[in-house]
Amino acid sequence: MKDMRISRRGLLKGTAVLGAGLAAPTVLMRPASAAFTNEPTGGSVTLGFNVPQSGPYADEGADELRAYELAVEHLNGGGDGGMMSTFSSKALKGNGILGKKVEYVTGDTQTKSDAARASAKSMIEKDGAIMITGGSSSGVAVAVQALCQEAGIIFMAGLTHSNDTTGKDKKANGFRHFFNSYMSGAALAPVLKNAYGTDRKAYHLTADYNWGYTTEEAVRTSTEAMGWETVSAVKTPLAATDFSAYITPVLQSDADVLVLNHYGGNMVNSLTNAVQFGLRDRQANGKNFEIIVPLYSRLMAKGAGANVKGIFGSTNWHWSLQDEGSKAFVKSFGTKYGFPPSQAAHTCYVQAILYADAVERAQSFNPCAVVEALEGFEFDGMGNGPTLYRAEDHQCFKDVLVVKGKENPSSEFDLLEIVEVTPVEQVTYAPDHPQFAGGELGKCNPGA
Amino acid sequence: MDAIILQILNGLDKGSAYALIALGLTLIFGTLGVVNFAHGALFMLGAFCAVTLNALLKTSYETIDPNKLDFLGNPAKVETPYIVDWFGPEFGGAMIEWSVPLAILFAIPVMVLVGLVMERGLIKYFYSRPHADQILVTFGLAIVLQEIVKGFYGANPIPTPAPDALTGSFDFGVLLGFDPGSIIYPYWRLIYFLFAAIMIGGVFAFLRYTTFGMVVRAGMADRETVGILGINIDRRFTIMFAIAACVAGLAGVMYTPINSPNYHMGMDFLVLSFVVVVVGGMGSLPGAVAAGFLLGVLESFASMGVVLNVLPGINQIIIYLVAIIILLTRPRGLMGRKGVMEE
Repeated sequence: MKDMRISRRGLLKGTAVLGAGLAAPTVLMRPASAAFTNEPTGGSVTLGFNVPQSGPYADEGADELRAYELAVEHLNGGGDGGMMSTFSSKALKGNGILGKKVEYVTGDTQTKSDAARASAKSMIEKDGAIMITGGSSSGVAVAVQALCQEAGIIFMAGLTHSNDTTGKDKKANGFRHFFNSYMSGAALAPVLKNAYGTDRKAYHLTADYNWGYTTEEAVRTSTEAMGWETVSAVKTPLAATDFSAYITPVLQSDADVLVLNHYGGNMVNSLTNAVQFGLRDRQANGKNFEIIVPLYSRLMAKGAGANVKGIFGSTNWHWSLQDEGSKAFVKSFGTKYGFPPSQAAHTCYVQAILYADAVERAQSFNPCAVVEALEGFEFDGMGNGPTLYRAEDHQCFKDVLVVKGKENPSSEFDLLEIVEVTPVEQVTYAPDHPQFAGGELGKCNPGA
Repeated sequence: MDAIILQILNGLDKGSAYALIALGLTLIFGTLGVVNFAHGALFMLGAFCAVTLNALLKTSYETIDPNKLDFLGNPAKVETPYIVDWFGPEFGGAMIEWSVPLAILFAIPVMVLVGLVMERGLIKYFYSRPHADQILVTFGLAIVLQEIVKGFYGANPIPTPAPDALTGSFDFGVLLGFDPGSIIYPYWRLIYFLFAAIMIGGVFAFLRYTTFGMVVRAGMADRETVGILGINIDRRFTIMFAIAACVAGLAGVMYTPINSPNYHMGMDFLVLSFVVVVVGGMGSLPGAVAAGFLLGVLESFASMGVVLNVLPGINQIIIYLVAIIILLTRPRGLMGRKGVMEE
């Protein structure tokens, strides 16, 4: 019988060979020079577009994807160049990013945080995406932003309006172009003061999740500062479809303004129900009863139909703006797709271009170099006037639009009219403002 | 007092939708023994019958108006519905405006057909399978149906308003001696409640006073004996499935002016409707209706500000809380029969 005893020397040799064998695949997979996650090595670079392709915000996600496809076309030198021609930075040449052809992969967030993280993870690990962008919800943005921070990937947020995205949940690898709840409150307050006066009693219905809370807080703070009284604030379940049980107590209260801190399907249904119950035709405290929707979206306004007429709200951008950047984008998007872009499409397009431009200016895909290029970056020509990407919290500061549901729309897209372009100074706040308290930006993570 | 009256009205209105869906669910369960998780999708399909008819009536031809510009600055295309061209702006416009009530006529044959195809094409193969299999296949079917609708109409809600003559609110305050404007309720919601009452009454009358209904009730009580008597009970049960689909569909049609329909609206009602069926008692038609209205009213009261101040979040759990209490005290539900879904 053969002697099966293992010598100490034999064991050491065997372990060394086994260790080398196990380590080999990892060593072979990663170039020795890799300094950061998914460093592009070939002639192309992959961007990851993480948008809701299913679920209630699928239409908004589809518009985001259209905008990203247009941005990729423009970055690679195709089409009419869109806003690249009006953008104040001239670093982009239409030859991709740093000479590498831009390619993309897509993920479906489903507007669920876990699904959004899974799709972002897959795009980073399997497809080698160098940057993740998109989304239609603050919950998703915060979740994906945290993932990208851990993975060493830049996250350019899509539509996310909660203060927390660049407040307590801010991350060094994450950037938001879209405005936030505080800015909505700050922009709306003076317009509401002019339209409805300072002696008003407001009743808030608030979607029972993070975005709802920050929006209610922002609007309450702004309106109370100008003299309005908040008579009641009621949380409504996110899954609610019929708001009649929440609207009827408004009739019993002494409120003369209803603020609907709702978005998406919630906003469509609560506004429709409020109008059904005659709130628009109601008189309270000797005044016309008024309804306010702090965050408007054209797609949601379309869902609410004629109910939006005359109702104030705020928006990040609108296709009817007449600056050169907006006109170029609307022409480019409208010619390709046959209808004007939504605010979600606009912010996503801008984010993709801003990322590419930052890489060009930094001459590197390294996330830390990109962060440095974006921090404190001032630009213009992208549809919102002069804009600053503030270094302290990675939030864009720019003018905010106050809009109103149009009384006589000329088409299915012509639902909102701009009543005021609120200057950036009026919506700017200190980085340590109480509504954004908590959390640390931290340091950029290059991964690898 | 006026606040309580308003919440009762809200509850009856909400309960109408629950009761109509739960009635259809119970009809299918009582006759075919199938737990139909696609029933919410039938409610949604009914709503989209109204959307489809509205779109059909608005089918237009385009002309170029050189005096108007589109968003790109090109001469605008002006759409004129054929129906306005054919019947004039007054009658053609009125047909478009009244598309929701007209959709009842449109939805009846469509929903009967959908019900027949669904039952003959899929459900019948699962009669003898366990309830878990039935739930899985009907839930899968619901997802397929809603994705098809999303493919055609998108994910955004589509506004489908009531005719102008039926918008506005009725002032119960004046009628009941309260301050004017203190108890107002939208006309369309009152119409929905009346419609639900007529539908429920119609189904009960059909089952009680027609020969067909009597045979179906006999089949629900003892399928085998009815079969031995030479009656083709399966065919009658298939027709009952189509009737249940039609009830759910019409409930959906009439719901469209209350909330803009979207592809997901069936799922929003489905879980609550199953709770209603279980609370009412599996297989009990009066139980389903009673539980629908009871839970609708309780949900409305739980959403009142004064209640929420004392019990925050009660509005989100009240239905399930009541369901637990009822099932603990009456395990077969309010009007459940012995032997239904029991070993």
